[in-house]
Amino acid sequence: MIRKTTIPAALLFFAIAVLLSYCQQPENKRETEQEEDTVSVNASDSLDAATGLVIDDALPLVIGNCTACHSAKLITQNRASREGWKNMIVWMQETQKLWDLGENEDQILDYLAEHYAPEAEGRRKNLENIEWYDLK
Amino acid sequence: MSSVLGGKIVYANQMPEGLIPAALADTTEAFQLEGKHPDLVVLNDRPWNVETPPHLLDDEVTTAETLFVRNNGIPPREIDLNTWTLTIEGESAKQSKTYSLQELKDKFKHYTYQLTIECGGNGRNEFNPPAKGNQWSTGAVGCPEWTGVRLKDVLEDVGIKDDAVYIGYYGRDVHISNDPDKVVISRGVPMHKALEDEALIAWAMNGEDLPLMNGYPLRLVFGGWPASTSGKWLSKIVIRNKVHDGPKMGGDSYRVPCKPVAPGSKVPDDQMCIIESMPVKSLITYPKTGAKIKEGRKLDIRGHAWAGDLSVQSVDYSIDFGASWQPCQLRKPKNRMAWQHFSAQLDFPEKGYYEVWARATDSEGQMQPMLVPGWNPKGYLNNACHRIAVMVE
Repeated sequence: MIRKTTIPAALLFFAIAVLLSYCQQPENKRETEQEEDTVSVNASDSLDAATGLVIDDALPLVIGNCTACHSAKLITQNRASREGWKNMIVWMQETQKLWDLGENEDQILDYLAEHYAPEAEGRRKNLENIEWYDLK
Repeated sequence: MSSVLGGKIVYANQMPEGLIPAALADTTEAFQLEGKHPDLVVLNDRPWNVETPPHLLDDEVTTAETLFVRNNGIPPREIDLNTWTLTIEGESAKQSKTYSLQELKDKFKHYTYQLTIECGGNGRNEFNPPAKGNQWSTGAVGCPEWTGVRLKDVLEDVGIKDDAVYIGYYGRDVHISNDPDKVVISRGVPMHKALEDEALIAWAMNGEDLPLMNGYPLRLVFGGWPASTSGKWLSKIVIRNKVHDGPKMGGDSYRVPCKPVAPGSKVPDDQMCIIESMPVKSLITYPKTGAKIKEGRKLDIRGHAWAGDLSVQSVDYSIDFGASWQPCQLRKPKNRMAWQHFSAQLDFPEKGYYEVWARATDSEGQMQPMLVPGWNPKGYLNNACHRIAVMVE
């Protein structure tokens, strides 16, 4: 279903070479189907088309530090308090080779705690995002 | 993917897993994992974690294109069947022995079983407070037919010392940091599980080679236990004289509080216990949620139920939010630890919005809860009843 495109070999070689070197590059971008998300971000938030992350001043820091090794989807599908996000960062530093975030850590944590905070859900939610159809 | 690009990708086997070719990076289409159904839901593309919507699990035997993917790392990039080996060693092995794939196939009797594998974190997205990790809904489960040799036959060929307690596996996947020395995941099972008849070292699924994302060319399969015990891209098994201590055997990984805790509790490591047999669970695979039907029409429903090491003795359905339950027809499993198929025909009393709930009961009388079960730090073992929405008009 994806648009057919021809691709200069040199461009692909370059992309592969860069990515093979180490996972320090921001992840390649594509739009994701937001309705597949199990959780919704505030309607007032605008989302970065490439990553699905909420746009604000700290976004470049988050993309640079948090999507070198894993997908942005791992952020957008999770919800945690500031402390919870901090614990995840510590775990990644202790076990997954994440670097010291230095003075950027506060800004990154502020961003995560503001845009990806837990919602009070109770013991079970209503069924949501039902796509109704006529059963044949 | 080559067909999408309109040209062969030279060196495609060296492309990092999850890399979207530059030519596709600006498309607005969702990227699809090769060999998997386009309607699977991608939770994470680095590493790949992909789940199956309930209506796509309607097949009695789960297909290669609809089996979920839960990768912790990157599948090996270069696989040569002629040089792939499996080594058995460890402090409780009588010797260290290495087999080629062909030797495994030639030396030991082949067995085929239909075995349910389910990710320990299936259903995580309903826990509150939320647990970190891939937010699986209901789709990290499947029940294909696996072919291989019995793990016990291979272990006995090597020789098991009397002090053996546990086995652990190692696979050839690569850590997402690309550090070649970092083990991605190395879990295992106690000897009694390792030595059961259905514990397989498998090379085939539904009569075909394993899909790459599901462990090609070789994997372990332990039915009914967290799928993380069923190591993929299998290259080594260690027979241990203690509980295996590889990555993801300790801390909160695949462990739950030994005693129930209040939601959000901090639980010390020494009060966490390893998940073994998974709890009873079921899934309505027909119709797809959101069905609209005319008043007076009977609705046929069907699905599967499973119960870890146990079997399922009954499945009931409710259309009144659990106030009353009616029995479904339930078939026997094809073999131990294969899911069982249920079906029923429903009548709705009047027009309106309904939810159809399914509730399985295992052979020891344990039922699925209607609400999310006991909270645990990593959001494992949510076996709450599956629900679909129906509108009668």
